[in-house]
Amino acid sequence: MIDLKVNGKLHQVDAAPDTPLLWVLRDNLGLTGTKYGCGIAQCGACTVHINGQPVRACVTKLAAVGNGAVVTIEGLSNDKSHKVQEAWIAEQVPQCGYCQSGQIMAAVALLQTAPKPTDAQIEAAMTNICRCGTYQRVRKAIYRAAGIKA
Amino acid sequence: MTTMNKLASVTRREFVAGSAATGGGLALGFHLPGIGAANAQVSAGLAPMAGEMNAWIVIGKDDTVTIRVHRSEMGQGSSTAIPQLVAEELQCDWSKVRMEFASVMRHIRENKVYVSFSTGGSQAIRGSHVYLRKAGATAREMLIRAAALGWGVPPADCRAEKGVVTHVASGRKATYGALADAAAKIAPPADVPFRADAVWNIAGQSPPRFDVPAKVDGSAVFGMDVKVPGMVHASIKQSPVFGGKVQSYDEAKVKSMPGVQAVVKLPGDGAVAVVAERYWQAKTAMDALPIVWDEGENGKVSQAAIIERLKAGLNEPGVKVRHDGDFDGAYAKAAKKVEAEYFAPFLDHACMEPMNCTASVTAGGVEVWVSTQNAEGALAAAAEAAGVPPDKVKVNLMYLGGGFGRRGRQDYVTQAVGIAKQVGKPVKLIWSREEDIQHGFYRPISMGRLQAGLDAQGNLMAYAHKVCGQSIFAYLLPHLVKDGVDASSVDGTHNQAYKMDNCKFDFVMRNSHVPVGFWRSVGSSQNAFITESFIDEVAHAAGKDPVEFRRGLLAHNKSWTNCLNMAAEKGDWGKPLPKGSGRGIAINACFGSITCHVAEVTVDARGRLKVDRVVVVLDSGHAVHPDNIAAQNESGVVYALTAMMHGEITIKDGRVEQSNFDNYPVLMFDQMPKVESYLSLTQGEWWGGVGEPSLAPLMAAVANAIFAATGKRIRSLPLKNQDLKTA
Ligand code: FES
Ligand code: FES
Repeated sequence: MIDLKVNGKLHQVDAAPDTPLLWVLRDNLGLTGTKYGCGIAQCGACTVHINGQPVRACVTKLAAVGNGAVVTIEGLSNDKSHKVQEAWIAEQVPQCGYCQSGQIMAAVALLQTAPKPTDAQIEAAMTNICRCGTYQRVRKAIYRAAGIKA
Repeated sequence: MTTMNKLASVTRREFVAGSAATGGGLALGFHLPGIGAANAQVSAGLAPMAGEMNAWIVIGKDDTVTIRVHRSEMGQGSSTAIPQLVAEELQCDWSKVRMEFASVMRHIRENKVYVSFSTGGSQAIRGSHVYLRKAGATAREMLIRAAALGWGVPPADCRAEKGVVTHVASGRKATYGALADAAAKIAPPADVPFRADAVWNIAGQSPPRFDVPAKVDGSAVFGMDVKVPGMVHASIKQSPVFGGKVQSYDEAKVKSMPGVQAVVKLPGDGAVAVVAERYWQAKTAMDALPIVWDEGENGKVSQAAIIERLKAGLNEPGVKVRHDGDFDGAYAKAAKKVEAEYFAPFLDHACMEPMNCTASVTAGGVEVWVSTQNAEGALAAAAEAAGVPPDKVKVNLMYLGGGFGRRGRQDYVTQAVGIAKQVGKPVKLIWSREEDIQHGFYRPISMGRLQAGLDAQGNLMAYAHKVCGQSIFAYLLPHLVKDGVDASSVDGTHNQAYKMDNCKFDFVMRNSHVPVGFWRSVGSSQNAFITESFIDEVAHAAGKDPVEFRRGLLAHNKSWTNCLNMAAEKGDWGKPLPKGSGRGIAINACFGSITCHVAEVTVDARGRLKVDRVVVVLDSGHAVHPDNIAAQNESGVVYALTAMMHGEITIKDGRVEQSNFDNYPVLMFDQMPKVESYLSLTQGEWWGGVGEPSLAPLMAAVANAIFAATGKRIRSLPLKNQDLKTA
């Protein structure tokens, strides 16, 4: 059993220490909002926060999380009320939606460090793949959440 | 409170009380002719659901309106647009509308009551609007008649609006919720006229999409996310060489690994799966399992050989697609001749959600949970794989993490059922991204040879286009190959609006062992690039402006001309751009709609391309959800740009060389151009698609812009294999 702090709760997880955090979250804890897209840190669908930093859970071993506080998309709010979630709804960002948990987690992490990000900061932070091509709306939603006039 | 409102509320209360008193059945002593004939469930011997007006619409006592959606939701937005179209005719209160996915089991039981679950070909609206509007309009008339009967007034004196029927003269009102039970028993009227776009107040608007809220908090359930009690997980390896077979594998090497429960060979011997308690255990063991494959002859096929066969094919006459006038004679006399060959590679769909399916096989039947573009196809595949009749299958349609044509196939359903049958437990099968990219149904490889003859004034006298490529129909639907022509292979060539009096369109089929399938916009994904790049070449050869040249060929067609003109205007055609930048235009019709793109690009001294801006003008005839159309336009631009810049599946030793997003890269956030969407709607009888058309001409628009910026003509994709340096 390995201790794991997720969304403010301590869990005892029965998984091998080298299991990627992604699959621990999905299979052991049932937190399926975090998605599998590539498994090699390329797409960002699995983005979660550890101690506020965005990480790719598909290449983060359970053992490496240690005491770190993990936050997943399910931990942002109980009622879609996080300002980034609200902005995502207002701009009608998602299409298929599969990449969107990761996009939102990346955007939340960005706005925590840069509340009024420049375009260069947004582009550097938003490295998540969206096959549906929602990038333009992702940018608008980040502006909206940050209170930036487009 | 005004008198009118008082009257309304009183009437409503009386009405509801009346309904309750009679047990929700006949309210207020209505006389109801034709009871039972209205309801399909009745004829199927099942108890009708309270308030069910027809298979599409259920009206609750609380005035909620549930509208059923028969097409899958993969991000294209039809799970909102379909209810809008029904609600428009029904004239209910949109704020009370809920959507639910239609039951494919009922569809099977009730003689295909939902017509089709297939979500492809941009058909969700254009292929359904007649019966969807009919469902809404007839239900509205039934509600009006129920109210009129109750009041003893002629139906023509009543009006339905925002979920309330009003008797105009007296002001009496009744809500749909109060009328529904009675109305459901009225025979549906025939030939109810539809509401014109000009009076639309639900369709034609852009309400928030139903599926969006669940997609911002992780609660939307995709196939990948399904949880079934007692479920185990499977990881799969399919023969790397298409058509290869499992020769042997060493089960003992993985049997004792953590969590591993079984190693199974799939029916047909094309794949092996490892089943474990958890996915990561299954995947780890799968990667460790030694497998010997019998690759067969296909193991010797390489990309170069496939391309050589295509090139040779271009020298053959091929079969006739369309011959008008006398191309050969006109071409021989041409003052100026233009000739070119174009190439477009195999492409993978690379849906964001890798293929997966959860299946449970028991003595009672089969149940599957799946993200598919065709729930009915999934049901059929599950029945066949399990060896049970269709009425023993239950399909749970989940949200799709992308489809783009890939999820029209049901291979993952067949596999999941095949595995579940062997292990006797519910199994969730998950493909790795590597399996997903290496076992697709690829956009066919294709080449084009084009010839154009101009007279001394630069007028187009003769035009020929020969397509040589792999046929999707020959692989998937051979009965659709007509006289040697696969209509999908030549879509976007012979069937465009250009006036061409002496023209010749031919097809040479060159199939390989690589599985092919429908990839967003299908034939136009190659042919719009090829046709519209070549038209640009011809315009330049004629010494004419590309917009002007097209206008000349389109003067007879108002819709195309309008679309072209709007794009030229919105796209600032003719306005100067800085050195190193260029503007390109392209237009195409496919899946019922016309799209015109104007792209602005910049190519720097090192040959690096930036697409700065894209203007999209779409004529889909009608626009049910304009903001969603804009989203689809943005999506089409990104999908096309990904293909254009990076997209290439290549074959080595019979197998796909690419495996994941590191070597099959896609367009990223920082490369996103500014996309502007406009509608140029023809209306009338014409309803076009939205999911695919706005992809098709983009590659040509960008290629033509690159030419304008650099003088380099792009005739082969992807661009990563091209040098755009000007110096
Ligand atoms: S699944 Fe982790 S980055 Fe793609
Ligand atoms: S919304 Fe579909 S992949 Fe991003």
